[in-house]
Amino acid sequence: MAENELSSEAVQASPEAESPMVARWASSLVLLGGLWMFAMQFVRTLARPPYEFKEIVRQLNAIGYRSLSLVIVVGIVIGAVLTMQSRPTMIKFGAQAYIPVMVAISVMRELSPVLISVILAGRVGAGIGAELGSMRASEQIDAMDVAALDPYKYLVFTRVVACMIALPVLTILADFVALIGSWIVEKLDAGISISYFIHSVVDGVEFSDYLPGVAKTIFFGFTIGIVGCFEGYNSKGGTEGVGRSATDAAVTSSLLIILLDVLFVKVTLMLWPT
Amino acid sequence: MIHPFHHKHPDEPHEEGPLLRVEHIAIAFEKPVMKDASMTVRKGETVAVLGKSGTGKSVLLKLIVGLLHPDAGKIYYKDKEVTALDDLQLMSLRSEIGFLFQGAALFDSMTIGQNLDLFLVKHTDLNSEEREKKIVHALEMVQLENSIDQMPSELSGGMKKRAGLARSIVIEPEMMLYDEPTTGLDPVTSSSIAELIVTLQQRLGIASIVVTHDLPTAYTVADRAIVLNEGYVIFDGDMKDLQKSDDPFLREYLSASRLDRERHDKILAARERLHSSAPQPA
Repeated sequence: MAENELSSEAVQASPEAESPMVARWASSLVLLGGLWMFAMQFVRTLARPPYEFKEIVRQLNAIGYRSLSLVIVVGIVIGAVLTMQSRPTMIKFGAQAYIPVMVAISVMRELSPVLISVILAGRVGAGIGAELGSMRASEQIDAMDVAALDPYKYLVFTRVVACMIALPVLTILADFVALIGSWIVEKLDAGISISYFIHSVVDGVEFSDYLPGVAKTIFFGFTIGIVGCFEGYNSKGGTEGVGRSATDAAVTSSLLIILLDVLFVKVTLMLWPT
Repeated sequence: MIHPFHHKHPDEPHEEGPLLRVEHIAIAFEKPVMKDASMTVRKGETVAVLGKSGTGKSVLLKLIVGLLHPDAGKIYYKDKEVTALDDLQLMSLRSEIGFLFQGAALFDSMTIGQNLDLFLVKHTDLNSEEREKKIVHALEMVQLENSIDQMPSELSGGMKKRAGLARSIVIEPEMMLYDEPTTGLDPVTSSSIAELIVTLQQRLGIASIVVTHDLPTAYTVADRAIVLNEGYVIFDGDMKDLQKSDDPFLREYLSASRLDRERHDKILAARERLHSSAPQPA
C-alpha cells in the first residue's frame, strides 16, 4: 500500500477504546495525522519535477473557469447586500460618505476570501472528493499505480496546485464585482457617481487591507484541494464511499477554512496593527 | 505452516527458473485472507488462480505488483524481492507487468487512444508518430481500432475489457495479470475474451496469471491451475489434473461450477484447437 493511503487498521483506530467518545476522538486524530502525511507528500512531490502542466491547466479550467459565474453572482450579492444592510446604520452616525470604503475593506479583508473559499469548498472540494472517490472505487487509481504513473503527482498535485492558483484569482474577481454591486446600490439609493465611488475606495483602502485577504486564499485553496483529494484518494466502500468522500471533503475543508481564518486574522493584525 | 494439501513447493527445481515466486504469503485485513500461500510462474506459462469469492485471488495479484504488502512471506519477480522494493524500484518493476483490472479501470476523462498513449508517454521515449502506430497496433490486436477516439463510457463491458487489455499490452509487458477478465460478461463475450487472451499469449509469449472463478475460462487459457481455499493453496497442478483431484473442497467447487465431464472434455478439445491455431510469437 502506498504511503499516502490510510491503512484500514489505521482508520479503525483503537478498537478496544473505552468509550465511543474516546474512539471517535482517536479516529479523528488518526484522520488528522493521515491528512498531515498526505499534505507532506505534496511538499515532497513539489521537489520532484517534471510536473504535469497539461493536467494543471485542465484542472484550472475545471476548478477556476467553471466557477466564474458562481463567483460573479456571489461577489455582486455580497457587495450589494452589505451596502444595503450598512446604509441605515451609517446614516444614523452621519457616516454615509464612508460606505464605499467600509464595504471595500470588509469585502477585501474578510467577506470575499472566506465566503468564496467556503462556497468553493462545497463546489470544488466535494467535486474532487467524488471524482477521486469514484476513481478509487473503479480501480483507476490502482491502475495508475500499477502502470507506475504516480497517481499522487498526476491526480493530487495537479488539483491542489490548480486550487492554489484559482482561489486568489477568483477572490480578486469577487472583490471587484462586489464593489460593482456596492456601487449599483449606492447609485440607486444615493445617486453616487462611479468616479466618487472609485476615489473613495482608492483613498481609503490600503495595501494591508488587500494583500492579506488575497494571500490567505492561497492557503484556503491548498486546504480545499488537499482535503478533497485526501477524502477521495482514501475513499472506501464503493459508491456509498464516494458520496461520503464528497460530503466529508466539503464539510472538513469548510471547517478548516473557518478555523484557519482565525489564525490568519491574528497574524494579519500582528503584522499590520493599525 | 504449510497446508497438508499443498503439494508443490516453489523451490522445487524447474527446467527454467521461475519468473515469479510467491513464498509463504500471509495477509489479513479485518480477518485473515491468506495464511500460507506459495506459487511459481515460469516464463511463457499461464496459470489460473481459482477459488471462492473472498479467498484472496485478487489480493494475490495486488501483492505481486506491490499495491499491498504481505504481513509475512516474500515475493520474487526475476529474483528481485518485490516485498523489499522502495517506491521508485516498484515503479520500475511495474513497467514490466501488465494488469487487467476487473472493471478494466480505463481513465474516464480520456479517450481510448489517450488511455493507451498515457502509458506510452510515461514508459517510452517514442515520438507521437511512433506512439500512434503502437496504439493502433495494440487496438488492432483486440479488434478495437475503430474505437480509438471513443470515450470509455461509450463502450460495452466486453469492449472495455478489450480496451483495458490493449492498454496493458501496449507497453509490451513481460508478464500479464488478469483479474476476473470475464466476470460480468455474457457467455459469448466471455468466450471471445478468453480466446483473445490465448491469442495474445501465443503472439507475445508472455507469462500470465489469470484470476477467475469461471472454470471454462480457466480451462481455455491456462496451462496450470492453483486453487486457493481458506488462505492456503490446496491444488497446484496441470489443468488436466484438476478433475482428478480427490480434495473434498475441490470436488465440491467443480461440481458447483456445473462443469460435467462432457462439457469439460469439449472445452479442452476447443482449447487444443485454439492453442494450435493461434499464431506463434514473432
